[in-house]
Amino acid sequence: MAGKLTRSNRAGWLFALPGFSLLFLFIIIPFFFAFWLSLTNQRLVSPNPTEFVGLKNYSELLRLSVLTLEPERDDAGQIVRDANGEIRYPRVRTITRSGDFPEYRGMREWFRWQSGENAKVVVASNVVFMKALTNTLTFALFIVPLQGGGALLLALLINQKLRGINAFRTIYFMPVVISIVVISLLWRFIYDGEDGLLNNILAWLTFGFFEPVDWLGKSDTALGSIIAMSAWQAVGFHMVIWLAGLQTISPTLYEAAAIEGASKWQTFRYVTWPGLRNTAILVLIVITMQAFAIFAQIDVMTNGGPLDSTQTLVFQAVERGYGRQDISGGSTISVILFVMVLMISAVQGILTRERT
Amino acid sequence: MATLKLKDFRKSFGKVEVIKGVDLEIGHGEFVVFVGPSGCGKSTLLRMISGLEDITSGTLEIDGRVMNDLPPKDREVAMVFQTYAIFPHMTVRENMAFGLTIARASKQEKQQKVAEAARILQMEHLLDRHPSQLSGGQRQRVAIGRAIVRNPKVFLFDEPLSNLDAALRMDMRMEIGKLHEQLDATMVYVTHDQVEAMTLADKIVVLKDGRVMQVGTPMDLYHDPGNLFVAGFLGAPSMNFLQVDVQTVEGDDAKVGNAALKPINVAHKDRLNGSGKAILGVRPQHVEAAAPGEGMLLGTVEFAERLGSETVVDMVLKDDSKFIAAFNEDKVFEPGQTVDLVFDPAQAHLFAPSDEVETVH
Repeated sequence: MAGKLTRSNRAGWLFALPGFSLLFLFIIIPFFFAFWLSLTNQRLVSPNPTEFVGLKNYSELLRLSVLTLEPERDDAGQIVRDANGEIRYPRVRTITRSGDFPEYRGMREWFRWQSGENAKVVVASNVVFMKALTNTLTFALFIVPLQGGGALLLALLINQKLRGINAFRTIYFMPVVISIVVISLLWRFIYDGEDGLLNNILAWLTFGFFEPVDWLGKSDTALGSIIAMSAWQAVGFHMVIWLAGLQTISPTLYEAAAIEGASKWQTFRYVTWPGLRNTAILVLIVITMQAFAIFAQIDVMTNGGPLDSTQTLVFQAVERGYGRQDISGGSTISVILFVMVLMISAVQGILTRERT
Repeated sequence: MATLKLKDFRKSFGKVEVIKGVDLEIGHGEFVVFVGPSGCGKSTLLRMISGLEDITSGTLEIDGRVMNDLPPKDREVAMVFQTYAIFPHMTVRENMAFGLTIARASKQEKQQKVAEAARILQMEHLLDRHPSQLSGGQRQRVAIGRAIVRNPKVFLFDEPLSNLDAALRMDMRMEIGKLHEQLDATMVYVTHDQVEAMTLADKIVVLKDGRVMQVGTPMDLYHDPGNLFVAGFLGAPSMNFLQVDVQTVEGDDAKVGNAALKPINVAHKDRLNGSGKAILGVRPQHVEAAAPGEGMLLGTVEFAERLGSETVVDMVLKDDSKFIAAFNEDKVFEPGQTVDLVFDPAQAHLFAPSDEVETVH
């Protein structure tokens, strides 16, 4: 009787149905929906019918240009300088709002640099998106070595037969089990500019010489603070993965290396690291994908501020899609994010594939 | 080439003592095999020589130099492991040159030494392969190659053939034997396989429970085992032990017998303890069938194994003890049949009675 049930194909599908339909409903359908919506002007709630707009959403997000501004000159042809001796340039809006240059209409300055006496100005159709993009890339760039390397270091420390080693394993793993929202709230207290734990510790370590910093309130420290906290939070998870990898390496390989006279570093270089190859690929890809999906920390700790210095792609997607009810815009960001992660994973796959 | 001297070697893991005082001298170019049942401490002993386990007490001398506190690399030993321990991500060439890479030797030196070792092991054609492309025997050869490249004073082998199948094991056994002659190096070899021990060794060290039971050439141990354990451990099928009564002692001989055995004279070698009881050891191969009524023993056949070249017969004697006879020919025995057996008393061994006989049989 049991045999018939477990061997029947139909029974199998029946059992898979609840899980499968949930996956279908909430992952697979929305995935394809996002592609479609990004080509329309769909809003979350709107009386107007949805229209197909082609790639307009994409161009509104991705349009970039470089403008060259020549210095203002007085009647004698001399460059005009302000009170500090800085060269004065015409304002960017004289171009972006001018009817003479319709191709720059609606764009705003993202950043500029000096080139001779001219100024080069990069204008973007959506500066906030560009900031979100660069912040996300910066976040990923720092978090991968920080989290991956830190986790490897912890795993190497913890992969020893010491009394009470399990206590350390538990402690390092604890942040992983706690909700990221709770952790973000706690770290907001730690980073507090007035009486935060971090400021207090730094003041204590420097005998009171340290000037308190509003870590999350300044645009040059906010992203770094979030990177540090995020690296700390998930480091235990990757530590466990590294640990699993370390324990697959045969102990006799270490013994052979010891007999050949390998130093600690040489043992790591010739035995441990090559043995961790597959683990490294997994950790690298998982951290990268998680990094691109960063949202909760931003939402709880900074809301993208100050001055958009902690905007990220997913935060922008949610902000646009639900905050501003611009579902098509949010979908467009999601699709762009998807393509980016896909490409990066593909490149990582190619770079780390087995060479034989 | 080197001499090794182990003096009152001891090893404890926590409160458990696993090596209980081993004294041993190994001469230049000797091939010494440690043999014993699992858990006897033979691998531990080898690892203490290599430096992978530290020495709880006693001294280890290599060429007269005390090595106790030196790390493995400074003892100038090379080790070959049961699981090969070759690096899966390196080619054969890189594996063999590993020690030189670690020591930052020149490319030319690596090239030359690897080529030399590959020539000795006849594996030049495998140098650029990865271990995953090699058979078990080839992998073990790579490990041996790595040991040769190190040019050590002492080669240590830790059950190197145990992971190979029977046919390959025989080939590799012969190769290791040849290698020893070719390199003329001091080798210490651990195995639980007595065939390996008998065929390879210049000197066998039989271990049990962390103690040396006997040291000697293979033939010494086989023909003149010093105690019950060695007598039972070497030889297959293992030696028969008969509980006998000592009837008289005259000079070097004792007259022994029991309910199943007609009295015979056997050299006692001063092993009797005066209790009037003794154990008589008879190798299955030393027994022959006799004409009915003329045997020293009468056995009832329980089971016979015909191997072609020999026939191994499990029997029960008159006193209900078990007895195994191995006849050097193909013979047919029926269960229940009685067989008269004779053996040459000069090839039998007398031991003092002890409870060890139970564990041996």
